[in-house]
Amino acid sequence: MKTNDVILQTATKVVFFIIFLFSIHIFFAGHFTPGGGFVGGLLTTGAIVLLLLAFDLKTVQNALPFNFMIVTAIGLLLALGTAASSLLFNIPFFTHAFDDVYLPLFGVSALHTAMAFDAGVYLVVVGSTITMIQTIGGDS
Amino acid sequence: MINLLLLPIILPFFFGIILLFFPKQIKVQRTLVTVGLIVSFISALILMAKVKSDGIQTVTLGSWPAPFGITMVSDMLSVLLVTTTIVITFFVVVYSFTGIDEEREKFYYYPAILFMITGVNGAFTTGDIFNMFVFFEVLLIASYVLIVLGGEKKQLRESIKYVLVNVISSALFVITIALLYSVVGTVNMADIALKITDIGQPGIITVIAVLFLLVFGIKGAIFPLYFWLPGSYAAPPMPVLTLFGALLTKVGVYAITRTYTLFFVHDTAMTHGLLSILAILTIIAGCIGALAYFDLKQIMIYNIVIAVGVILFGVAQMNDAGMSGAIFYLIHDMLIKGALFLLIGIIIAVTGTSNLRKMGGLMKTHAGLGWMYLIAAFGLAGIPPLSGFIGKMLIIQGAFEAGNVWGSIIMLVSSLIVLLSVIRIFIYAFWGEPVALPKTRRRSYRSLMMPAVVLVLISVAYGVGTEWLIPYMTDASDVLLNPSIYIDAVLKE
Repeated sequence: MKTNDVILQTATKVVFFIIFLFSIHIFFAGHFTPGGGFVGGLLTTGAIVLLLLAFDLKTVQNALPFNFMIVTAIGLLLALGTAASSLLFNIPFFTHAFDDVYLPLFGVSALHTAMAFDAGVYLVVVGSTITMIQTIGGDS
Repeated sequence: MINLLLLPIILPFFFGIILLFFPKQIKVQRTLVTVGLIVSFISALILMAKVKSDGIQTVTLGSWPAPFGITMVSDMLSVLLVTTTIVITFFVVVYSFTGIDEEREKFYYYPAILFMITGVNGAFTTGDIFNMFVFFEVLLIASYVLIVLGGEKKQLRESIKYVLVNVISSALFVITIALLYSVVGTVNMADIALKITDIGQPGIITVIAVLFLLVFGIKGAIFPLYFWLPGSYAAPPMPVLTLFGALLTKVGVYAITRTYTLFFVHDTAMTHGLLSILAILTIIAGCIGALAYFDLKQIMIYNIVIAVGVILFGVAQMNDAGMSGAIFYLIHDMLIKGALFLLIGIIIAVTGTSNLRKMGGLMKTHAGLGWMYLIAAFGLAGIPPLSGFIGKMLIIQGAFEAGNVWGSIIMLVSSLIVLLSVIRIFIYAFWGEPVALPKTRRRSYRSLMMPAVVLVLISVAYGVGTEWLIPYMTDASDVLLNPSIYIDAVLKE
């Protein structure tokens, strides 16, 4: 059966980017306000699921040609690496380092190692949820 | 090196992550998992030496002050368990090289094992009750992967049961922690112990103690909560069953031991009395199961249940002999169960069946297997000088000192039943007329035997070298019997 979903597909092409940008915003907002890597990752997943609904599995796999297990593994490595960098300085595991740094364009910004950890969480969430959805969706 | 006690947790995790990158390359998987476990084992040994010389090691994550951050605590008991865990995993992994099919090896089998070890070691090491829940989840989720991996019909059926039971018990675990937190206002285990001492264990704390027994009892398979275990454990292939049987129930046992020696020590007549009765009932139920079946796997699985009862009976005595006996028996049981399950796996691989009635006469063709099995079986039953003897003797000594005469008698009788149940396997499988065997390659038989034999030899060394191990066991039981040592180590800085 061929359904006519022109409206859904056209809307998705715009809405996908809105959701994706919003997820990035939520990811960075998470440092001081509600949000963070986990929620940001789920929102990104939501955007990709919308793509899957509007198009089909093949199209999305062509558009986003990543192996999402590898994305998960990179995320885990990033998170563990951030936490484990404290091993080098002989301070307790997970100790958080931060500083105010002057960046061109952004001005004085607070940079935190927690951000790198959160980026790992983001990748793990996106990687694992998309793997699950692709596996379950690919069965039928 | 302030983070030393975290290395046996981090290293398996790190190697597990690396393995995720090359799922299809079996050679890389096998090499890296071996290297990872050897490195973890070395770090655990260094940690053990450090704990032996300098006492309890602690680190509070994120440099927070002690009762607020997540504290990881490595005392002698936890480092002994961590080391044993890595040893057993190593031999199971070596066994898996031939003992499991390539399909599974290509589908994240080794990463799942390493993640499970991360969870097990973490649960043994953590000093924070909520963090313990988190590590329980880590090991459970990895174990869900292992139990369902392969997707045979039986596995799918049993894994639904397994997942359901564990999800319910995990929910109960969080609820219990929340209840405890609402009473004492902290999740740091040393701090909880201190606060409970301050308020003198009112009724609500005893209720929480029983709830903890329920939660850990489901994971650790005590009577009457072991109902899910025989079915679920029989489903996955042999190496996975070995890991589960040797490690997972012991995490539940460890958690009961820790909470019942650190938190709930002010109303022992109630809490430890209950624990003692349940332990005896567990032993009896396990004995009935072990005699009732003609299936190799089921007999051994019910022996897990018996061992859980024996260890907890030792813990419930709350005296020197009982406690060090329980620790001796705990480590012994992990080693010997690992060895026995691997040997059973070889018997099943050689005969092609797990039904005792369909085997016989293996002594003529596989004499080495028979002798190794016999040694391991005697060790399990506790025949001196093998490894089960000293633990059981100390537990019974402790029980007599505490006045639990009937419990001790039942435990002594249970040893005979354990012996009967495992010797029955020996008689049926190794004596009698040889039965036609399916064709198996002699080389794969040898490579399966190697890890099992080494594990049996380690357990024999554990029994013969008892004298040499006693200082370690006293260190471990001292901390359990004097919670103040543990509390001071965590909170003094």
